[in-house]
Amino acid sequence: MMTIKQVGEILNAEVLTAPDKTDKLDMEVDSACGADLMSDVLAFSAGHSLLLTGLLNLQAIRTAEMMDMRAVVFVRGKRPTQDIIDLANDRDVILMTTKYNLYAACGMLYINGLH
Amino acid sequence: MKLSYTVLEGEYARAGEASSAVKKVLKQLAVPANVIRKIAVAMFEAEINMVIHANGGVIDVDILPDKVFIQLVDTGPGIPDIEKAKQEGFSTASDEARDLGFGAGMGIPNMMKNSDFFNIKSEVGKGTTVEIAVNL
Ligand SMILES: Nc1ncnc2c1ncn2[C@@H]1O[C@H](COP(=O)(O)OP(=O)(O)O)[C@@H](O)[C@H]1O
Ligand SMILES: [Mg+2]
Repeated sequence: MMTIKQVGEILNAEVLTAPDKTDKLDMEVDSACGADLMSDVLAFSAGHSLLLTGLLNLQAIRTAEMMDMRAVVFVRGKRPTQDIIDLANDRDVILMTTKYNLYAACGMLYINGLH
Repeated sequence: MKLSYTVLEGEYARAGEASSAVKKVLKQLAVPANVIRKIAVAMFEAEINMVIHANGGVIDVDILPDKVFIQLVDTGPGIPDIEKAKQEGFSTASDEARDLGFGAGMGIPNMMKNSDFFNIKSEVGKGTTVEIAVNL
């Protein structure tokens, strides 16, 4: 269990969604899922509240939305386009970007207690 | 309550909008979150398929007191072997679909797993109809 803010600190991540959503950074996440394949996320991540992915498109946000996830972290320093950020703001999904790759980012959260 | 959506051909970016709209309505109706998620996942996969495998189509959603019934009708190429299409991992998806994060052959299995009733009928050259029901 950790807050979204702590996730951001561990991954040295930049928050991309609107500043008026920053109170949401205190929300807690209790488990995470790392995948580039959205069907896998839809199949196996019920109850997970954080998605780490290298997939940079609107479908990643929609997948998070369908699964009631609170935040999406884009890996390898990928920066989403404004339409992706707008959709995330609209759906109350927090977006972050980290320089780490998917494997490393998941590992760092895991050793810090997020399973 | 009856809802209807048109899914447009080739609109990769908008694929999922209908599922998102239905999710919003179900939330307003105070349907439990885990039930909404089942409906959302099954419909989202089916809606994506209409775009990546067919040429769009029409989705009708009927929200009844005891269940949600969703019918997705397309006039795409159809499915030659439905039993095969139902298997995990079977996919004829294009690179474009894979770039979207789909096309691993998990869509129909996901629909089946998340529904209380599932039916798919298809005729090659005519189109495909998917029916999904989830009990409330
Ligand atoms: N609406 C459709 N029209 C034509 N073919 C379809 C349709 N839906 C599914 N299929 C076929 O069934 C296969 C399996 O579908 P699915 O399980 O969703 O996997 P995926 O979409 O990842 O390929 C598809 O690859 C495609 O060949
Ligand atoms: Mg599919």
